[in-house]
Amino acid sequence: MTKKFSQEHEWIELEDGVATVGITDYAQQSLGDIVYVELPEVGKKLTKDGDAAVVESVKAASDVYAPLDGEIVEVNEELDDNPALVNEAPESDGWFFRMTLTDESQLDELMDEAAYKDFVEGL
Amino acid sequence: MADQESELLKTALYDLHVELGAKMVPFAGYAMPVQYPLGVKGEHLHTRAKAGLFDVSHMGQVRLTGENRVAELEKLVPGDIAILKPGRTRYSAFTQDDGTILDDLMITNAGDSLFLVINAACKDDDIVHMRANLGDGVSLEEIDDRALLALQGPDAAKVLARFAPSVADLKFMSFAEIDIAGSPCFVTRSGYTGEDGFEISVPNADAEALARKLLAEDEVEAIGLGARDSLRLEAGLCLYGNDIDTTTTPVEGDLNWIINKRRRAEGGFKGADVILDQLEHGADRKRVGIKPEGKAPAREHTQILNADGEEIGEITSGGFGPTVDGPIAMGYVAIEFAEPGTKVDLMVRGKARPAEVVELPFAPHRYFRG
Repeated sequence: MTKKFSQEHEWIELEDGVATVGITDYAQQSLGDIVYVELPEVGKKLTKDGDAAVVESVKAASDVYAPLDGEIVEVNEELDDNPALVNEAPESDGWFFRMTLTDESQLDELMDEAAYKDFVEGL
Repeated sequence: MADQESELLKTALYDLHVELGAKMVPFAGYAMPVQYPLGVKGEHLHTRAKAGLFDVSHMGQVRLTGENRVAELEKLVPGDIAILKPGRTRYSAFTQDDGTILDDLMITNAGDSLFLVINAACKDDDIVHMRANLGDGVSLEEIDDRALLALQGPDAAKVLARFAPSVADLKFMSFAEIDIAGSPCFVTRSGYTGEDGFEISVPNADAEALARKLLAEDEVEAIGLGARDSLRLEAGLCLYGNDIDTTTTPVEGDLNWIINKRRRAEGGFKGADVILDQLEHGADRKRVGIKPEGKAPAREHTQILNADGEEIGEITSGGFGPTVDGPIAMGYVAIEFAEPGTKVDLMVRGKARPAEVVELPFAPHRYFRG
């Protein structure tokens, strides 16, 4: 079970054929106080780099992209009542959705934790 | 990007903002703090609970002198400026020949002069407009050696009185020249948050020292432009460029109250024929408060629909109100939908979402009227 990262600041973690996706700590810090998260519907087909969810801070709405191809199997309903969970625990309890992957080998195109850390430091 | 940033103007408090850890963004040609480490929501709630200090030095400060200054300025604004006593301030707008709004502004009778505060993004246009239209007897001085700070919130008066006891006597929309911590300031009891508070014009050379003194008080936190926007939206106050602009008249903008009785009778300001006709017969559309029913904010340019799915208007400012603890917005709707309680739909990301026309403000004004 390894965690991978996209250049759009999503993290993805595969376990037993299901990948959990959220936004990174760097992303939540950049966005500031999150006040609303619009999650996709279960069953929605996702295309890598296509729209998957929307996260809203006081000031602005930002798109969250699908890090890989696949299909939504579960969304984090707790974010409806407590969107601030994304600020408090972005890379654990503040996950956005779970998806099956069309092609697990796509994971290789994403960054590992060390590469993502370098990527963020270069921004 | 680097070039753009180097061309940005800096206020007298720039170094202090950076020291405080502000996120700096370009705004109207200036590098301005959008938020500090406390964050937009925390800054907003702090201002409503205690006191917030804002750097609004990007705004334009102008002094008009000359015997005819009042009569000449009245040709450009629909407000009754002649009736303003020394030490009184009024909100007004520069109107154009077609009745639309070139900018909104604050006008103070400072005794021997008129003191104006105009929007940062409109400053150059406003000055050209005034120079072109104010008659020979009026001189216009751009005050560029002063910063402008705003101290806002229920504790603002208590805090500022520690440095200048006489501010306690100022009432809402009043002005006085007062020494604060030894510096000659122009103090107006006004603001852009709906709270009690002050706007303080202070010499650039003293601005940082004054800001540090105020921030050292327990009640005061530095507040950025992000919270300034959410505070003013909850207070139902217009943002020029969003809620009013060169396509909207004061009547459409629900600003009838800025057109005073004598001016309604006499006219004599730019666009008076259009504006007075709208006052008498009504306008086709109006700025209203909009409360989305769910939790999803509706941002500016969101379409507003009636029950039949027809477009009846557009959101001009929308976001999340931390005090309201939910989404809030304002926008223009066709006049038959402007009554509070009217149900409408907002098209957010291709989905119609229910909302209601409501009275403004979303957060009650708490001005000090004495």
